[in-house]
Amino acid sequence: MNDIAPTQAERAEKLQGLGCKRKRVEDIRFTQGRGNYVDDVKLPGMLFGDFARSSHAHARIKSIDTSKALALPGVKAVLTAADLKPLKLHYMPTLAGDVAAVLADEKVLFQNQEIAFVVAEDRYIAADAIELVEVEYEALPVVVDPFQAMAPDAPILRDDIKDKMNGAHGPRKHYNHIFNWQVGDKQATDEVFKTAEVTTKDLFVYQRTHPAPLETCQCVASMDKVKGELTVWGTFQAPHVVRTVVSILSGIAEHKVHVIAPDIGGGFGNKVGVYPGYVCAIVASIVLGVPVKWVEDRMENLSTTSFARDYHMATELAATKEGKILAMRVHMLADHGAFDACANPSKLPAGFVNICTGSYDIPVAHLEVDGVYTNKATGGVAYRCSLRVTEGIYAIERAIEVLAKKLGMDSVDLRMKNLIKAEQFPYRSALGWEYDSGNYHVALQKALDAVGYPALRAEQKARREAFRRGETRELMGIGVCFFTEIVGAGPSRHCDILGVGMFDSAEIRVHPTGSIVARMGTKSQGQAHETTYAQIIATELGIPADDITIEEGDTDTAPYGLGTYGSRSTPVAGAATAMAARKIRAKAQMIAAHLLEVSEYDLEWDVDRFTVKGLPEKFKTMKEIAWAAHNNLPPGLEPGLEAVNYYDPPNMTYPFGAYFCVMDIDIDTGVAKTRRFYALDDCGTRINPMIIEGQVHGGLTEAFAIAMGQEISYDAQGNVMGASFMDFFLPTAVETPKWETDFTVTPSPHHPIGAKGVGESPNVGGVPCFSNAVNDAFAFLDAGHIQMPHDGWRLWTVAERLGLHA
Amino acid sequence: MIPAKFEYHRPTSVQDAVALLAQLGEEAHPLAGGHSLIPVMKTRLAAPEHLVDLAGISSLKGIRREQDHIAIGAMATQSEMIASPLLAEILPIIRETSLLIGDPQIRYVGTIGGNVANGDPGNDMPALMMCLDAEYQLAGRNGERRVRARAFYFGAYDTARQNDEILTEVRIPIPAKGHGYAYEKLKRKVGDYAVAAAAVMLTITNGTCRAASIGLTNVADTPLWAEAAAQALVGTRIDRTAIANAANAAEAITNPASDGHGPAEYRRKMTGVTVRRAIERAKLRAEV
Ligand SMILES: Cc1cc2nc3c(=O)[nH]c(=O)nc-3n(C[C@H](O)[C@H](O)[C@H](O)COP(=O)(O)OP(=O)(O)OC[C@H]3O[C@@H](n4cnc5c(N)ncnc54)[C@H](O)[C@@H]3O)c2cc1C
Repeated sequence: MNDIAPTQAERAEKLQGLGCKRKRVEDIRFTQGRGNYVDDVKLPGMLFGDFARSSHAHARIKSIDTSKALALPGVKAVLTAADLKPLKLHYMPTLAGDVAAVLADEKVLFQNQEIAFVVAEDRYIAADAIELVEVEYEALPVVVDPFQAMAPDAPILRDDIKDKMNGAHGPRKHYNHIFNWQVGDKQATDEVFKTAEVTTKDLFVYQRTHPAPLETCQCVASMDKVKGELTVWGTFQAPHVVRTVVSILSGIAEHKVHVIAPDIGGGFGNKVGVYPGYVCAIVASIVLGVPVKWVEDRMENLSTTSFARDYHMATELAATKEGKILAMRVHMLADHGAFDACANPSKLPAGFVNICTGSYDIPVAHLEVDGVYTNKATGGVAYRCSLRVTEGIYAIERAIEVLAKKLGMDSVDLRMKNLIKAEQFPYRSALGWEYDSGNYHVALQKALDAVGYPALRAEQKARREAFRRGETRELMGIGVCFFTEIVGAGPSRHCDILGVGMFDSAEIRVHPTGSIVARMGTKSQGQAHETTYAQIIATELGIPADDITIEEGDTDTAPYGLGTYGSRSTPVAGAATAMAARKIRAKAQMIAAHLLEVSEYDLEWDVDRFTVKGLPEKFKTMKEIAWAAHNNLPPGLEPGLEAVNYYDPPNMTYPFGAYFCVMDIDIDTGVAKTRRFYALDDCGTRINPMIIEGQVHGGLTEAFAIAMGQEISYDAQGNVMGASFMDFFLPTAVETPKWETDFTVTPSPHHPIGAKGVGESPNVGGVPCFSNAVNDAFAFLDAGHIQMPHDGWRLWTVAERLGLHA
Repeated sequence: MIPAKFEYHRPTSVQDAVALLAQLGEEAHPLAGGHSLIPVMKTRLAAPEHLVDLAGISSLKGIRREQDHIAIGAMATQSEMIASPLLAEILPIIRETSLLIGDPQIRYVGTIGGNVANGDPGNDMPALMMCLDAEYQLAGRNGERRVRARAFYFGAYDTARQNDEILTEVRIPIPAKGHGYAYEKLKRKVGDYAVAAAAVMLTITNGTCRAASIGLTNVADTPLWAEAAAQALVGTRIDRTAIANAANAAEAITNPASDGHGPAEYRRKMTGVTVRRAIERAKLRAEV
């Protein structure tokens, strides 16, 4: 015993637990090209599937001739709706309670819709064969504008449900209507608007965009006809849900369905849904008895698998002359495309968009959302935004700016005046949420100090004067955003997917030598769960994070969970992980008491061991306890050291943040340059500050892309424009602004470790911040609200309209 | 994203390549860096049955000075042009333009020959070559000939090159010492083609513009040589009025298409902006 015993702090540091900037363990394989993605799965005898797709956006299919494709050597099968019909698989249920065509049945409803699935010996043959599938169309009138979808004489889009006037979310007003969803007190809100001193009303359009993950959607289905078992490898953000859906659809018992999500190259919501490619690969494998792979290409990804946004939000605020906000009234038109396949909890057709009162104490509000069908691709996913929070926050954060201008107030002062006060938490919003914790004024003040806000406004004033004198052709804009996120779906009283509550799970096994394997029901797509979950366990159990393996994505081994999206992994599975670890620690305490021959109550937890109170030299380390758990237990206690926890969160968590952006816009080209971007995030307890920073950088980059250029648009014939990276804006490091990050810490009171989740905050806060900067640049010229995306030609058009080029 | 079937050929001499092209006919295309050709094959907008790869022909490489010309072998890559000390000294505008093409990965494989022979008005080199009054050396079954860049482009993907011809070399007259130059390209991001771009070369003596040449990228179905715009500068001191006249003259000859990067009207106006900015920069660089 001549070694100096490590101090408590040294022992804690060795664990690399909570708060440690631990390097991402998964990056060792990712940076060396050793990841294992779906397309790396290669099985003997594997065939390849590819889709013949619709050239029309709306047309009746008069005939499909597959004979030439079938005659091509190497082609094994060609599936059409006619083949799927007898199996009742030509339509599949969507997460939103609608059905979506797997292969177009009688009609196509959007360009590039799947018509026939060709299965061939290799990709090249499959690609040749789809060209040989001959489809005869009768073109029908196309609806791409959601405002026209519900016109009395609009073309009927969904023949299959045209007479079904009761939808999954209640009555439908029109054959192209999906749902009407209302929250809040309409009457009280209308009353306030009648008498309010100041009101604003704007239509804010949040354009259709796409998450565009690096890896597209793909799967390999392998039916073992001897065992009667089906294995599916796929890019699944929620593998267990896929297993349940596949079992229900295929009739194969759930224990005979094995779903494996290997490494995933980014999801952002795009990989939540179930797509025709999965269904067809599975059917083909069942029919042919060999593995079938389907891999989407980039154009297919951008034009057919889940888009995001496409919300048209008429937003009104009522306030006093002094700037006290009295009420908010919003009507949103949601364009869901041809099928309602958006990925929301079943009962919430517009997700959590009723967070749209934002961070402000607004006494009454009313929100109404109408969903409509159009001849566009289906979906409506998060895109790194927890379930339409980004839409809601965009509406309020733009509206605040408009109101500030109308009042002649600085928008920061207006925010300060209306932010929910620290003492109001837990705070119940007018639209029904209970915000768990926040310290908004402190965060906003910290951000103001960091950016030197008054000096920025003074500089802007001087530049505007110089602009008016003709000395500069640049406009300076200052963007402000204070957002509240709502993540961690979610309490099963609010949230389910196809009837399964949105809990999540963790299972932890401690091995005799004190190392650990733990499995969760979530699935990392780049978020580094293997690193952060291990840190939670390290702190809870005193075992070094490096001795802990985290596994996810294999439904045979991982406990049932609802997957990763909506920033739910840390709030839900992270909580399950801490709770499971605590069960283990409780048992470990009993074992330690037995080993030390004291009562459990005489022990205290000390980083990585139990110590006898007052006798620090008498202890048992967690490693010693792990060994004893397998050979020396107190009488009556079962051997082993493992635990499972299924965590149904009591509430959502509510991360928040204050963002600032400084931008210069060249009015002759419309090109905007971001000079500075500052992001303060409060995500509660910070598990790994470096990973948080990485998540914030990534989310801000996406926010920049969305606000400044991304759009999936359609022409009047429903042709999808720009479904390739030639047109779809994916900024490189060169265009991306430099990010300054900062934080405050307001733990969640109900989460076991106080963590709230962060992945999506920067997207939620970033988009309005950029858009506010652009709008602010033009505000002194009375430009009115400027719609996104704010790319060069659109901003040039604004300058042109304002006569700035004369 | 998977091209149709094709045969691959890899001749080792220009003669053999020309013979192959002549023999295989319309359905054979030369392949250089492949960074324009392969993408259109992958989307099946083109489905050539034969590719005649020029990579094995060593005589198509290299950048040389020949009396009053610089000769650039067709297979010189954009990155080789960027790295060339000869070009940096004599024709720095080539370096400046090359650096605005695609991204480093593209520039490592994309060639000058492919860029100018492609016939896509979005390529940056053709307008520059018009501006510099370059000539293209072509070798075909009937022998060799030279065509001025200014007479090479007929329409989108429609050029003076015959099907059996290979562009072997780009020949550029050595410009006056002390000339001012600039290539001004407006694009949304790295890897994008130009919304509009302008190449400007100027010679100034005693404060007066003696010679000027201007080329325009991606604002019509061919690259444009903006002769009137350049003339608007010659004899002036390149003051604001002269620059405005040049920009207006350049805008007047454009006929841009509308696409996701902007409507036609925007691209027309951006032609004026890029011309103006290129002239201003070129003027600053010129020895006066
Ligand atoms: C993402 C991306 C971004 C890009 N951005 C830009 C950009 O900003 N600006 C720009 O100018 N270009 C850009 N390019 C195109 C790139 O520069 C190409 O490499 C170039 O246009 C063609 O050169 P290549 O050697 O690749 O030719 P290839 O693609 O091999 O050939 C192009 C065409 O020319 C013909 N051809 C090639 N060589 C010869 C020859 N010696 N004789 C006769 N015919 C020949 C081929 O048959 C083919 O029709 C981009 C490409 C990509 C993929």
